[in-house]
Amino acid sequence: MHLGVSESMRECEYSQISTRSSTPMETPYKKRTPKKRKWEIFPGRNKFYCDGRIMMAKQTGVFYLTLILILVTCGLFFTFDCPFLAQQLTPVIPVIGGVLFLFVLGTLLRTSFSDPGVLPRATQDEAADLERQIDVANGGTGYRPPPRTKEVVINGQTVKLKYCFTCKIFRPPRASHCSLCDNCVERFDHHCPWVGNCVGRRNYRFFYMFILSLSFLTIFIFAFVITHIILSSHQNGFLSALKDSPASVLEVVVCFFSVWSIVGLSGFHTYLISSNQTTNEDIKGSWSSKRGKDNYNPYSYGNIFTNCCAALCGPLPPSLIDRRGFVEADVPQLAPPTNGITMYGSTQSQQSHMAAATPLLQHQSSEPVILTTSPENGGTLTGRASLALTGPCTSLPLGQPTPPNSTSSLSCHEATDKLPVHGHTLTHNHSNPLQESVFQHHFLTPEEVPSPPGMLHCGSPMGHSHTAQAGFYDPASQDSLHEDSVRGLVKLSSV
Amino acid sequence: MFHNLQELRHSASLANKVFIQRDYSEGTTCKFQTKFPSELESRIERTLFEDTVKTLNNYYAEAEKIGGQSYLEGCLACATAYLIFLCMETRYEKVLKKIAKYIQEQNEKIYAPRGLLITDPIERGMRVIEISIYEDRGSSGSSSGSSSVSGSTAR
Repeated sequence: MHLGVSESMRECEYSQISTRSSTPMETPYKKRTPKKRKWEIFPGRNKFYCDGRIMMAKQTGVFYLTLILILVTCGLFFTFDCPFLAQQLTPVIPVIGGVLFLFVLGTLLRTSFSDPGVLPRATQDEAADLERQIDVANGGTGYRPPPRTKEVVINGQTVKLKYCFTCKIFRPPRASHCSLCDNCVERFDHHCPWVGNCVGRRNYRFFYMFILSLSFLTIFIFAFVITHIILSSHQNGFLSALKDSPASVLEVVVCFFSVWSIVGLSGFHTYLISSNQTTNEDIKGSWSSKRGKDNYNPYSYGNIFTNCCAALCGPLPPSLIDRRGFVEADVPQLAPPTNGITMYGSTQSQQSHMAAATPLLQHQSSEPVILTTSPENGGTLTGRASLALTGPCTSLPLGQPTPPNSTSSLSCHEATDKLPVHGHTLTHNHSNPLQESVFQHHFLTPEEVPSPPGMLHCGSPMGHSHTAQAGFYDPASQDSLHEDSVRGLVKLSSV
Repeated sequence: MFHNLQELRHSASLANKVFIQRDYSEGTTCKFQTKFPSELESRIERTLFEDTVKTLNNYYAEAEKIGGQSYLEGCLACATAYLIFLCMETRYEKVLKKIAKYIQEQNEKIYAPRGLLITDPIERGMRVIEISIYEDRGSSGSSSGSSSVSGSTAR
């Protein structure tokens, strides 16, 4: 027994010494102390390949579809159409096609595999320091959790910085938390399933290059396949031309459908770049003049040319998450705070706090919360209603946030079925009989915008208020909360 | 008191950490607040601290500057399909190396003699400048008054 203990202690000491004196490269080969790289303990929901060099989102199925579509279409083009075109017209066509194809592939892989600008989560000491500051600022009452926002004036425009419970930081302006990847991303544009990654500060220009070059490629292939068929039909007749190269038909179909969506998307992103907005901001209408006369985009440089240059040719910041670095065995840390501050939620531990009788609605004081109902769902609505009670859903339609007291349909349920996002799972432990139906549903906070834009999604995990425990949503009692924290709260018409 | 970083790490215990937060008043560019934290009042002169933070801010501004050189780099990189970064460092990375050297230098010359240690913001995701305050092990914290005096002579 003794020997075993001292043996393990010796091992511990051995590993401590080796971290200090030896270079990191030596240690991975020592079997006794396998050093972990930081990507292995990365808290977000990402997948890493090639020992941390490649970083993608968890769901990559659609990315492989994109890849296959591009490879197959281009493959068919080069195999069946290019020989004819090179012969009949000019060999420059396959060359240009090849260059475009390589560029598309390069930018796609670069977008998918790179770090979009993930913000690493706060260290324990940082989080404790922030908590202390917030507590002090709010008079130190432990009962009512303070609204976690900070206001800052940027170029004359007041911007609210929100506190991220998962990452325990105040998000920088334009950053947003992606619920699919469970990371805060700088200059968050959107999460693109086609690319299998978030699009943020570090890979936006690659994403834009990708969709731009893909538009050119699709138009190029479309045009030349049509040319091929036309020229071929001049010689042999239309039907035999089609029979000679059946692949061309497939290419035309794929390209025809792709052109509309991809060219449209390119146009949309060109507009976003020229006005220096993110998809997220555009959808929410953050800088739209409809919100107010003095509302303008504080990040815009004033003219289109500078905005474009800044977005596409600006400096590329390095990755902040150091995927391939080694985990340090001992980092000096302060003692944990013993002043009894309750942590108001983060990751899964949040749920136990939410289950406690703290009205979490106050947390989200600046969120545009839009409660929705679906009268057409009939009998199941009670389930939905208490679902809304225990966690009022917000759905964010395209365009402007709906004004207060308007009703629209509850699509929370459908959205969660379509897009199984993790977000903050509700695992309440109060005695609500509809617990089971609540348990399965996942919610997003309003700033989490999955791709494609315009997709309805469920909103923030609001903890239940006191009234919710009764299992009945009383709009009147909510009014005080409404004034406090929630904009655009909608009455459940069917309750 | 402490004459170098090694001595600091071995003979001192971590007493507190001060976090200098980001200053977003000019947008998303990297800039840290120059407000002097109260915990450091007895440890270091205000001017020294402000100089350090201002120099760091200037470095970051240089890294993120959008101008002729950055455009050239961006266009060249795009033209070579970003393969050029396999052999070349981006300007940002070059400036980060300069910053790391500067912080090391500042720690050695100014902060360690005062029982302080600056952590490079890049290790904290560029969110904060973390300044660790060390207390001499065995002393009851009364050495803090004398540390600034001995620190200035060490320079």
